[in-house]
Amino acid sequence: MPRDRILKLAVVATAAGAFSGLFGVGGGTIIVPLLVFWLGFGEREATGTSLAAIIVIGAVAAGAQAIYGNVDVAKAALVGIPALVGVVAGAALQQRIPERLIAGLFALLLIAISVELIL
Amino acid sequence: MEAPDVVAAAALGVAGGMVGGLLGVGGGILFVPALAIFADLTQVEAESTSLLAIVGVAILGTWRQRQYGNVRLADGLLIGVLSPLGVGLGVVVANEVSQRALELGFAALALLIAAQLAARALRSPGDARAAPDGGTPDG
Repeated sequence: MPRDRILKLAVVATAAGAFSGLFGVGGGTIIVPLLVFWLGFGEREATGTSLAAIIVIGAVAAGAQAIYGNVDVAKAALVGIPALVGVVAGAALQQRIPERLIAGLFALLLIAISVELIL
Repeated sequence: MEAPDVVAAAALGVAGGMVGGLLGVGGGILFVPALAIFADLTQVEAESTSLLAIVGVAILGTWRQRQYGNVRLADGLLIGVLSPLGVGLGVVVANEVSQRALELGFAALALLIAAQLAARALRSPGDARAAPDGGTPDG
């Protein structure tokens, strides 16, 4: 991988880690726009690649919180198992809509997060 | 937990997963309130527990998206592995700046990005990048 690209990905990683630590928002809200606007990813590619990053980010953070006894496995399953159905459906739906609509929906997600932060 | 609470938490779980699959996020935006409101967890417990559900969504979502040809795996894993660099930075910033200022700052940034994404969504169809599978034409 070219050095320039590794550096850019390292900056994306740092921003994702910093914002998830500061706001408890998953790294995805940061990673997807940065991949689109800065690394030239298409929307579908940016969201797919973001999920791969979140596996690692989420696993490290969940492991750290588990040490403090803050993770309730049964309750994680209560939302997490139904969520597996949702993610398969969401990914399938994403293949059937234009990339511009993905960008528009992501804009709505960010507006919702902003409103939540301001209130 | 009463049955209606279980149903509500599970429904928010499905919705969070859908958002995850559609937009490449973990779904925590819905998992955290689901766990705090319907599963009697504190905010910290809800955020921590949500992480485990997020990992499941991310694993299955990555697998599905990879089948659709939308994952640059090396790039994604590199971002994941290097992200702890930012966590330290976040802690330093959090200690220097008030929480309220941070929230407002991030809200402003999110709105700015939202505007740029909206502009991208409204671009003329001719500018659109073709879908990787050459399938769904934009517009």
